[in-house]
Amino acid sequence: MTAAPVAPAVGAKPIVTRILPRWRQHTGFMLGFSVLVVFALMAILAPLLAPHDPYAQDLMSRMRPPVWMDGGSWDHPFGADQVGRDYLSRIFYGARISLFVGLCVTLLSCLIGTTLGVAAGYFGGRVDTVISFLITARLAIPVVLVALAVVALVGSSLQVVIAVLGLLLWDRFAIVMRATTQQIRSADFIVAAKVQGASHLQIVVQEILPNVVNNLLVVATLEIAQAIVLEAALSFLGIGVPAPTPSWGLMIAEGRADVFFDPWLITIPGAFLFVLVLATNMTGDGLRDLTAPEGRNR
Amino acid sequence: MYRYILRRSVSGLLLILAVSLATFFLMFAGGDPATRMAGESGSVADIIRIREAYGFDRPIIMQYLSWLGGFLTGDLGRSLYFDLPVSSILVERMFTTMRLGACAILLAVAIGVPLGVAAGCHPNTKIDRFALLFAVVGQAMPTFWFALLLVIAFSVTFPILPSSGLDSWKHYIMPMVVLSYFAAPAIMRLTRSGMIGVLDTDYIRTARAMGIVPRKVLMKYALRNALIPVVSLAAAQFGYMLAGSVVVESVFAIHGAGRLAWESILRSDLPVIQALVLCFSLFYIVLTFLADVVNAWLDPRMRIS
Repeated sequence: MTAAPVAPAVGAKPIVTRILPRWRQHTGFMLGFSVLVVFALMAILAPLLAPHDPYAQDLMSRMRPPVWMDGGSWDHPFGADQVGRDYLSRIFYGARISLFVGLCVTLLSCLIGTTLGVAAGYFGGRVDTVISFLITARLAIPVVLVALAVVALVGSSLQVVIAVLGLLLWDRFAIVMRATTQQIRSADFIVAAKVQGASHLQIVVQEILPNVVNNLLVVATLEIAQAIVLEAALSFLGIGVPAPTPSWGLMIAEGRADVFFDPWLITIPGAFLFVLVLATNMTGDGLRDLTAPEGRNR
Repeated sequence: MYRYILRRSVSGLLLILAVSLATFFLMFAGGDPATRMAGESGSVADIIRIREAYGFDRPIIMQYLSWLGGFLTGDLGRSLYFDLPVSSILVERMFTTMRLGACAILLAVAIGVPLGVAAGCHPNTKIDRFALLFAVVGQAMPTFWFALLLVIAFSVTFPILPSSGLDSWKHYIMPMVVLSYFAAPAIMRLTRSGMIGVLDTDYIRTARAMGIVPRKVLMKYALRNALIPVVSLAAAQFGYMLAGSVVVESVFAIHGAGRLAWESILRSDLPVIQALVLCFSLFYIVLTFLADVVNAWLDPRMRIS
């Protein structure tokens, strides 16, 4: 008996070699991905880049404006906040929080959503009915509200925020994985694997997953962006990452009281949040275009 | 058609049941509710008294059924903070949020659909690129930051709009813009892709070949089909928008259901939180149900599947 046939065509070449010639021409993807890399470096190298300790308070430089405004100095390029903490350092460390939350939440929700979606698409019938119902029920539940309530009840910490968001955001993974698995479940190579006596688990791991990994990557990228925004929103509402952690959402919340005189306290962390989410979305959209040309007009 | 509506209603009811179950168990997310209500200084006797007073000593299934029964008869429990029936607090707040949400979704459709049609009819032109930029920026803009930016621009730098409350039509402008910019990008994108898909079909080519006025082809044949998925999306977005009002209402100090939810969460006023979560879910379920019915009416193919 020969080995099970390898999934053809789509999974035959690694992604990189297929998109390499084309990805340079995709401006949106190149731009988004480059910015994303810069943010990732910022997060990883935060201890080296940050000019000050992000937690160190300095009453002498309270509310020091950024360097491009009157009264700013290069000692605090982005100024210093209400208790004199260096804003630039807090922005660097904030990138860590955002990206860490985005990645962890996506990992957790990817695990849940892909398991449910692939199971629904592969087995069909009753399993599909039950899982589709679960997805619809999940969509009916207001995410922000439930996340706020649960985080507040359980007690706010980084781990709780990640767990709650991860348990709530699996819907898109499940929907996309279900649809993609349905499309290939009766393909010849799956039937061949079945005829050869491969178990369900073998078929899912060896035949289905390699063929849906492109879509998985796209959804994961877009989901990272969503998780980042939600973490910031929860922290902004005071029920997310607890102070004094340098979360961008929390920094915006702390700057709210000074919106009339020092709006830069809000615009700076918000701009970083916006650019990070924009770059992540552009990377995701670009990946979709590059891996599935027929999706270009979506 | 009636059979489709009936089938769809049954699944809607099942969905309400599932969501109510999830909402009910929200009460236990923070551990024993009686201990939580007694607070840190509560003695064991206090906890037992609370347990009896609120019926936490009954089997969970009985608690759920009496809670659900109360909900169905309009009794949403008593707020722990106000010591008033939840329904008496909720109705007015919900009305405020719904009114704002309805205005915002109308604005979002009024912007998203024409922009999507224009972009879809002229792909890869200036207008298409503008629409794409509009969508990409909107989808990356955190709602609360956009709201604060508007406050900085129109209440601080150029003080022409009020930054809080909901007393006059001027107060509606900023919250409406924020909420609709949250919903418009997805509506625009779906309209655009729907338009591109429809314009490529045989029946449009036939209609054009028969010499029907281009405007009529667009309005009568293309738009109707392109908008079918948009109906469901707009309904879903309206549901999300209501649930997402918690952020906008906290920025603009609007006394709606979203702000009530936030305050109740900070006060751990569980009966109010549960009622709000269930209400928002109910709205979503009803909205998507209505959208499906409208779609079945617009598109006979949907009724069969």
